[in-house]
Amino acid sequence: MFTVGRRDLACQQAVELVTEYLEGTLSRRDRRRFEAHLAACPNCTAYLEQIRTTIRLAGSIEPEDLSPEARDELTELYRRWRVE
Amino acid sequence: METDVELLTRLRDGDEHAFVELIERYQPSMVRLARSMVPSDAVAEEVVQDTWMGVVRGLERFEGRSSFKTWLFRILANRARSAGWHERRQTRGRRAPAADPSQFAAGGQWAEPVERWVEESDNRMAAAEWAPVLRSALEELPRRQRQVVLLRDLEGLSGSEVCAVLDISAGNQRILLHRGRTHLRQRVDAALGRR
Repeated sequence: MFTVGRRDLACQQAVELVTEYLEGTLSRRDRRRFEAHLAACPNCTAYLEQIRTTIRLAGSIEPEDLSPEARDELTELYRRWRVE
Repeated sequence: METDVELLTRLRDGDEHAFVELIERYQPSMVRLARSMVPSDAVAEEVVQDTWMGVVRGLERFEGRSSFKTWLFRILANRARSAGWHERRQTRGRRAPAADPSQFAAGGQWAEPVERWVEESDNRMAAAEWAPVLRSALEELPRRQRQVVLLRDLEGLSGSEVCAVLDISAGNQRILLHRGRTHLRQRVDAALGRR
């Protein structure tokens, strides 16, 4: 999604590679450059960790519970669909 | 707990309890997904009902090659589309950086140090505490980004499952996911700064 230049990555470029890095879709060369940048950059290392935490936090957002009314209404509809 | 496939087998035999069990399991996620796809809660409800009808009548078309959840979501997305809700393809700004450029100095390095969020083993950020921040950050996302983040990070689908549900390319899925996650992180970081 971001073309990486030939020289060292700047932080602003590195953060745009985070998703592809986590998805495992970076080319081998870009992956090496990304990891080399991380090794030298505590800020981007912290950023990557924040993204991982964000994913974990998002994963625990539950949808609203099913209301008894909605359940009854659907069950009613099911009975109709069966006989139709 | 019975597996989805076991419930589907019972549903084929017309077992109402199996149907109730399936709606207990999936209705909340379906409503949430439908709301990210259509303009009103009322339409979302119709789309979800319509999806269940499609499931009951089209059960034999489920071949078990995908998970039931992915199959279900795919039907839902198709119904949302045929309910007349067409997404405008997102073309503008796709190449623009996702992360707010003002965080960076002219040379592209961070303008301010990135502070670690407190994540030490016994002090992990409590998910419940952050749910309201993340929910409103999700609401702020453009629909396509919201759908991708919802399916990937909230529902736990794989990238290729999301592509199948939303009928988008792998590259597009990654771009939307990237932009969505970047925004969510930004919101959590801003909320931490205000405390």
